[in-house]
Amino acid sequence: MSRRVSRPSTGKQGVLEGEFFMLGDDACAEGAICAGCRFFAGYPITPATEIAQRMALRLPETDGIYVQMEDELASMNTIVGAAWAGVKAMTATSGPGFSLMMENLGLAIMMECPCVLVNVQRAGPSTGLPTLVGQGDMMQARWGSHGPYSIIALAPTSPQELFDLTIDAFNLSELYRLPVLVMTDAEVGHMTEKVVIPPYDEIERAERPRPAVPPEEYEPYRCPPGELVPPMAIAGEGYRFHTTGLTHDERGYPATADDRVQWSLVQRLIDKIEKNRDRIIRLAEDEMDGAEVVVVSYGIAARTALWPIEMARAEGIKVGLLRLITVWPFPEERIRELAGQVKAIVVPEINMGQIVLEVERCAAGKVPVISVPHPGGGIHKPEIVLAAIRRAAGRESDL
Amino acid sequence: MSPRRGLRQATYRQRVMRQQMHLDVRHDAVAGDETHPMDEMLREDRLPHIWCPGCGLGIALGCFIGALTKADLDLDKVAVVSGIGCTGRVAGYIKLDSFHTTHGRAIPFATGLKLANPELSVIVFSGDGDLVTIGGNHFIHAARRNVDLTIICVNNFNYGMTGGQAGSTTPIDARTSTTPYGNFEYPFNVSSLAAASGAVYVARWTVLHVRRLENAMIEALQKPGFSLVEIISPCPTGFGRRHGERTGLDTMRYYHKHGVITHGANVHEAGIKLGGDIVEGKFVDVDRPTFLQFREDGLSKALGRNDK
Repeated sequence: MSRRVSRPSTGKQGVLEGEFFMLGDDACAEGAICAGCRFFAGYPITPATEIAQRMALRLPETDGIYVQMEDELASMNTIVGAAWAGVKAMTATSGPGFSLMMENLGLAIMMECPCVLVNVQRAGPSTGLPTLVGQGDMMQARWGSHGPYSIIALAPTSPQELFDLTIDAFNLSELYRLPVLVMTDAEVGHMTEKVVIPPYDEIERAERPRPAVPPEEYEPYRCPPGELVPPMAIAGEGYRFHTTGLTHDERGYPATADDRVQWSLVQRLIDKIEKNRDRIIRLAEDEMDGAEVVVVSYGIAARTALWPIEMARAEGIKVGLLRLITVWPFPEERIRELAGQVKAIVVPEINMGQIVLEVERCAAGKVPVISVPHPGGGIHKPEIVLAAIRRAAGRESDL
Repeated sequence: MSPRRGLRQATYRQRVMRQQMHLDVRHDAVAGDETHPMDEMLREDRLPHIWCPGCGLGIALGCFIGALTKADLDLDKVAVVSGIGCTGRVAGYIKLDSFHTTHGRAIPFATGLKLANPELSVIVFSGDGDLVTIGGNHFIHAARRNVDLTIICVNNFNYGMTGGQAGSTTPIDARTSTTPYGNFEYPFNVSSLAAASGAVYVARWTVLHVRRLENAMIEALQKPGFSLVEIISPCPTGFGRRHGERTGLDTMRYYHKHGVITHGANVHEAGIKLGGDIVEGKFVDVDRPTFLQFREDGLSKALGRNDK
């Protein structure tokens, strides 16, 4: 069976446009193409394989390059190389591959190389449940590569949002010069729903800052005054620059004997994200005014919480939903604010309690935070989340 | 710390400082306002380099610069990629677009650069441990795909930077810091591995044979497809001194005595044994469409494109 989709109309350069009944993974690939991605390097892995398949089909139609690598170490590294040659590049994987990509995710962070890494999460640890859902890589997304850094991770809840957030991920990666993670999951990736692809010209596309000085004056890691993101030259333009995974000074030269350079470099890598939190963080809030209980969740777990939230509201409990579209950087300010307003916070997620730790940290003991864990392999039963909401509201629950 | 030891350390420090001052004076005397012909290709502000006395990497880099300037390339379109290790530092000294990547991953990084911008000439300059031990999988697969890359692999049979440990190229019986009783693993023959995996150009030279080495590099740079120049190079600090070659010069004498130039030799029988001959020369020079050519031709047919 051909995976080729019907095309009501095709926009510029073979980019799709219109309404589709589309698999989440396919929507991710189409989002990348709409964002200007023209390079994909990957390795097959359930449940992310369809992204690679779709890219293998579609990139040749859009003058892009698809290359299947020998492993995920190579996949991640190849997109970093491609991005340094000036293209927008992406890879997609799941748990085991995500683990293999951690080292070179760090390289992209250190070299400040824009690229996008999609993780269609499945249940772990190890090979775990390859075809079944999990959200167990959320802390790995934040801390998985060694050393101190900040990262951006987005969590879509539907194929449409997977499409939209893949575009956002490319834009953020270009603006802040770092790898951006799309932390979706097997449910969203393997869900088929309506996806609307807007006209090519209506899609916003950000481009990395580029040097405005001639090669002899260019220093690859010197920021313009007051800015935190240095302009990026690309290979073959005559800048003859050097970049390295070693701690480096503004010239890009290794500076490995002095912790002052380490301080200023690492601080800037963190600041360029943390000082732009207002611009980066996106939340979806529902019925938060006057809420006594707030459910804080993300991705598919936020979507499956909708039904128990409805049930709780029918019982007269005022429940709000705070959905994290941006999981990293974590919306600390909003959680601190909520902690002074609500009775309790409920955090359902398909892991044994990861983002709930961040919520607890920000709630700082002001309100009870109730974790609703799930080891993966399925979604939460509605009654489990409902019971947690009732408990949070101080109601007796017979569950 | 005993007083005696403290005294010794102070003396050592003084000695180093004296040496440094002496070097600075000599540098000024030699350099003055004049420039070396290679200065244009080197990041002078990064010198002196980190390599030990007697190391072959300076010669390898010198030949590389010679080859780059003679290979008729647009140097603005050249990218040099290194992994980690002593050889991995080459990318940091050469004044071109240069990338110092992670351990073993120079080849996939270079693959990304080349495929994303086919106009670039992409060279991977790294060591044996980096390219064929930790990075062995990428090495064979890039050769299999015939990605248009020039691989310069400096083989010194050990991990020099970390203090002379054994790797996948260490000859049988060799003493290293992790094979104190001798190496009991069969080593890779780097040239044979490349040839078996599909490389279109394979040559091996020691750093004693500088003109031949430089010519091999020029040929490799001009050859479309996956080409390898394996450079046999002394590492007196990590390897040589454990095998009766206290200085780089001792190893060069060994190359002089045991280097056997045999163009077209059966590369699979040209393995390197401790104390044995080193077969060198051009082993493979064949034509095969590169990954990008093959892909473009195939896609043109499949998609009915005439816009090559």
